[in-house]
Amino acid sequence: MADGVVLLDTYFSMFGMRARLALAEKGIDYEYKEENLGDKSPVLLEMNPVHKKIPVLIHNGKPVCESLIIVQYIDEVWKDNSPLLPSDPYQRAQARFWADFVDKKVYDAGRRLWTTKGDELETAKKDIIEALKLLETELGEKPYFGGENFGFVDVALVTYSSWFYAYETCGNFSVEEHCPKLMEWVKRCMEKESVSKSLADPKKVYDFVLFLRKKHGLE
Amino acid sequence: MADEVVLLDTFFSMFGMRARIALAEKGVEYEHKEENVEDKSALLLEMNPVHKKIPVLIHNGKPICESLIIVQYIDEVWKDNSPLLPSDPYLKARARFWADFVDKKVYDAGSRLWTTKGDELERAKKDFIEALKLLEADLGEKQYFGGENFGFGDVALITYSSWFYSYETCGNFSVEEHCPKLMEWVKRCMEKESVSKSLTDPKKIYDSILFFKKKYGVE
Repeated sequence: MADGVVLLDTYFSMFGMRARLALAEKGIDYEYKEENLGDKSPVLLEMNPVHKKIPVLIHNGKPVCESLIIVQYIDEVWKDNSPLLPSDPYQRAQARFWADFVDKKVYDAGRRLWTTKGDELETAKKDIIEALKLLETELGEKPYFGGENFGFVDVALVTYSSWFYAYETCGNFSVEEHCPKLMEWVKRCMEKESVSKSLADPKKVYDFVLFLRKKHGLE
Repeated sequence: MADEVVLLDTFFSMFGMRARIALAEKGVEYEHKEENVEDKSALLLEMNPVHKKIPVLIHNGKPICESLIIVQYIDEVWKDNSPLLPSDPYLKARARFWADFVDKKVYDAGSRLWTTKGDELERAKKDFIEALKLLEADLGEKQYFGGENFGFGDVALITYSSWFYSYETCGNFSVEEHCPKLMEWVKRCMEKESVSKSLTDPKKIYDSILFFKKKYGVE
C-alpha cells in the first residue's frame, strides 16, 4: 500500500467498528491490530497517551483518536469516493448532531442495560428505547440517515446494532418491537459488504458482555 | 443584511460564548436572545426539541445545536475570513481531538468543583489541574492552540477562562500557579476584541454560581 495505515482496535468495540467501516467504504488497505485492553500495547500508549483508548488510526506514523474524529479524517483524506459527510454545511451540522446524539444517549443507556439491575435497568431500557425512537423518527422514510446514500450517521449508529442482541437479552425487550423501521434500516445496511464485514457477531458480543459481567461481579 | 442569524444563549454559558466568539471572528451580525434556562422559551423548545439546551444558532430559520457543531458550521458557511479549523485533515483532527478533550475532562472536573465538597472536591481539583496541564503541554511554545492564528481549539477552551475565578474560589487554588503558560495564553486571547467582548465577566459568573448553589442546596 502507498500509505501506511494501521488501526488499533478491539473486536467488540462499536467505536472501532466505525473506523473499520469507514476504511472499508473507501476501499483502503490497512493493518488491523487487536489490542488487549487488560494489557495495552506500548504502541497504543504512545499513540494515545491522553486517553489510552482504542480505536486509534495511525496514518503514516501519525495518530488520530476518537472514533467520530477518525471517521471524519478518513472522509477528508480519501475524499474521492463514497463521501460520508454531505457537502452542504447545514446537512453536515445535522449529521454531526445525530452522531453526537448517538454517543450521548444510546451509548450511556446501552451501558446501563448490561451493568445495572432492578429499577436502574428499567430506566436504562426506557432511555434506550426513547433514544432509538428519536433516531427512527429522524430516519423517516429515507433509506439511510445520509439520504439516498450511506453516510456519517449511518456509520455512527449501525455499529451499535451488533450490541442490540446483548442489550435486548439483558433488558428483556425487543428493538424490533419498538422500532421496526430502524431494524429495517439495520438489515438494509447489513446488505452492504463494508458493514457486514466490519461488525462483530452479536452472539460473540453477548458472550463478551457475560464475561465482563462475571468479571466485574455484576451477575 | 441578507442573512438572518439568531443566537439563543445564556450569559454564563461557556458553550454559548463559543458561538459568540466564532460569530465575532467572522464579523457576522446577529440577534442575541438571552434564555432563562428555568423558563425556556417556546422558540428554544421548537428549535432544539431533542436536548432543549442552549446555545442554538438559527440561520435563516434553520437551527444548529451543540456548540462545537455550531462553531464548525459558522467556520464552513463564513469561510472567506478568519478560518478557525486548519485545512490540513491531520491538523483538523488534532484540533477536534483537543476540543473534545476540553468537553470531556475540563467541563466534568469544573462542574464537580462547584457542586461537591470534601474528598470529591479535592479529586475534582486534581482532575481539573491535570486536564489543564495536558492542554498547556499541547500548547507548548505556540502563540495559540491553532499555531500562529487563533483557531478552533482556542475557541473551545478560552470560554472556560471566564469560569476560572469561580473554579479557583470554590476549589481554593490558582490556575496561574499550576499553569502559568496557559494563563499567558488566556491574556493573549483576551487582547482580541472577538474574545473580550464575548466572554462574560468572571465575577458575574461567580455570582450566578452562588445563586445556583444556594438554590439547589449545594452549600
